[in-house]
Amino acid sequence: MEQITIDISLKDKMLALFEKNKQLLFKNNSKSMIDIKNNAIAKFNEIGFPHTKLEEWRLTNIEPYLKAEYQHHLQTKPIDVDIESIFQCEVPDLDTFVVVLFNGRYIYKHTPLTKLDNGTIIGSFEKALEEYPEIIEKHFNKYAKNDKNGFVALNTAFAQDGIFIYVPQNIIVEQAIQIINIINTTEEVFVQPRNLFIVEKNSSITLVSCDHSLTQTNSFSNAVTEILIDENAQLNHIRVQNKGKNSTLLNTTFVEQKNYAMLTSNVLTLNSGFIRNDLDISLNGEGCEANLYGIYLADKTQFVDNHTFVDHLLPNSNSKELYKGILDDKAKAVFSGKVMVRRDAQKTNAFQANKNILLTDEATINTKPHLEIYADDVKCSHGATVGQLDNEAMFYLRSRGLGEDCARMLLMYAFADEVINKIPIEALRVRLGNMVSKRLRGELSVCDQCVMHCNSKSPTQFNIDLSKL
Amino acid sequence: MLQIKHLRVSINQKEILKDFNLEVKAGEVHAIMGPNGTGKSTLASVIAGRDIFEVTEGEILYKGKNLLDLPPETRAREGIFLGFQYPVEIPGVSMANFMKTAVNEIRKYKGLEPIGGADFLKLMEEKKKLVEIQSKLNNRSVNEGFSGGEKKKNEIFQMAMLNPTLSILDETDSGLDIDALRIVANGVNKLRTKDNATVVITHYQRLLDYIVPDFVHVMYDGKIVKSGDKHLAIELEEKGYDWIKQELEANASI
Ligand SMILES: Nc1ncnc2c1ncn2[C@@H]1O[C@H](COP(=O)(O)OP(=O)(O)OP(=O)(O)O)[C@@H](O)[C@H]1O
Ligand SMILES: [Mg+2]
Repeated sequence: MEQITIDISLKDKMLALFEKNKQLLFKNNSKSMIDIKNNAIAKFNEIGFPHTKLEEWRLTNIEPYLKAEYQHHLQTKPIDVDIESIFQCEVPDLDTFVVVLFNGRYIYKHTPLTKLDNGTIIGSFEKALEEYPEIIEKHFNKYAKNDKNGFVALNTAFAQDGIFIYVPQNIIVEQAIQIINIINTTEEVFVQPRNLFIVEKNSSITLVSCDHSLTQTNSFSNAVTEILIDENAQLNHIRVQNKGKNSTLLNTTFVEQKNYAMLTSNVLTLNSGFIRNDLDISLNGEGCEANLYGIYLADKTQFVDNHTFVDHLLPNSNSKELYKGILDDKAKAVFSGKVMVRRDAQKTNAFQANKNILLTDEATINTKPHLEIYADDVKCSHGATVGQLDNEAMFYLRSRGLGEDCARMLLMYAFADEVINKIPIEALRVRLGNMVSKRLRGELSVCDQCVMHCNSKSPTQFNIDLSKL
Repeated sequence: MLQIKHLRVSINQKEILKDFNLEVKAGEVHAIMGPNGTGKSTLASVIAGRDIFEVTEGEILYKGKNLLDLPPETRAREGIFLGFQYPVEIPGVSMANFMKTAVNEIRKYKGLEPIGGADFLKLMEEKKKLVEIQSKLNNRSVNEGFSGGEKKKNEIFQMAMLNPTLSILDETDSGLDIDALRIVANGVNKLRTKDNATVVITHYQRLLDYIVPDFVHVMYDGKIVKSGDKHLAIELEEKGYDWIKQELEANASI
């Protein structure tokens, strides 16, 4: 554990921390990985943390969250946790393979890395460095762009642990993999998980990621995920975020898709302190399909930011994007969706929409869907709406006997449902649908999570109430 | 059952209903006819409780209670049903969920237990038959993608599900083909009892061949200008509204 005095900036702290801990950070790293990390820290030194003068960060003021006196746990401590004592799966019809990151480190009951009969490898990134160095070497930092922003560079430099998933060719992984990210600590922590998911040719897998925080302490999570979806392979990625108000989460995901690769991403943000999700997708193949869906529900002073970038590099690919938000109280949300169609990407179809409901005058949404097109034979559309609940529909429902609150609930749920019904697994769709209704009724607490049953005696409660209007 | 006295209603300072009077008793069927823009739908909306209209004068009594004090949901739970001229599409709200919620809210108001799942599905099927809806309605979103005629049938289906005391059907016949018209009218007739009442707003005498009214009222410029029995509708069909206008002008010049 590193204790650093607070009179120097976090940037300097991080640079010093890197210098001091090279041995730990480079453990089991190949020469080329060490080069990558050295280059990444140099990049971070050059560009620093992003700030609001940068166009991409204009509306995401991260600076106040860099001020806390965070602890950085670089030393691998053997973590002895009985996973089932912390949580148990609450979705009865959902049979998943569960992996857990606890304060950014992989925790496990039996083994840190599992190889299934079909050859699929699931487990700790750190352990994979030791056991499958050739796979890591081949893919590490090949999809993440360290120059995207200082956080990505920093994560690369400090990459130690995270989730590693490898699906070999021609394998359909039937069981969904459930990735649980828990922050639960009494100290203020800064964690930087690094995930790597490789889906080889003709294979397919479904991932369900859940981001949770169980305590009220300040925490900062700078997570980077690299994903390769190789030719004709498929990845469904469902992400549920239910975070406490003092948690800061940056989630940057890079996806590389080869010919005919298919991605479906669903991001459901139910509660947040400060969340920014960056989804950076390279359609680096022909006939790719990328479907990006998102729903964000925020109230009080919560902040949710979704930045997406879809890069059409080659012909005949389709991308479709639908993000929807309901904002109450003084909540703030940002949506920035960029679709780039490069000169070679003829016959691209790109559709993008962002729709929002503001329940108060003080809630704000900044939405910026944009297209940049350099090919001439393409079909693209984009649009954004911001509105209130439909009065005509409210009256129609009430005229049938539904109370005002009930009618409002039903309409808000209906608004969200367009995204929820895109979730590919039925049991999960039903369960997440229920969570969204609960959230809208103001009954969802941080200990009532999609997959977890918190056994702690005094669960953290915080009030969420979208229903009171 | 329903007494409307000297009702004056405006929207955006524009007066639409001007000294409107009507009394409807249990067991009766009233028809209201009148040219476009006369205020028929406005009347229906005000009875159902739409708050965009301002009642500047007069009162509406329903079962002796002051209706204007009640929010729309309470009116519905008290047995008032409005069949909309333009039913609203509500994407994402399934018919089954909508109807189950509505039925249970009304049951709760009456102090009854919520309806069980199986009983509810049985009720849906039974009432679908009444308006001869063959398609799978349950999982479809309310009115979304329904044809004009389907929307109107859906209104009568909802009426059957909620079993109201006073139904106001605003041009439920327009947009229906001849078979659908007969089906809808049959549905309404089957729901008729000596204890409930119906007000049908229509432009066409044809509907009144099926749903035979006790009274026909002609509305013009925000009020009822002529009332009669079913023969008035036939006369109106023959002579048109000019006949009413001329009569009014003649009266005015006396
Ligand atoms: N929301 C509104 N805002 C402004 N004016 C309105 C509104 N609703 C109705 N009106 C006006 O009130 C008048 C009466 O409308 P209403 O819909 O009640 O007529 P109607 O008799 O039902 O006509 P139709 O036979 O065409 O259905 C019309 O002049 C209409 O333009
Ligand atoms: Mg009308």
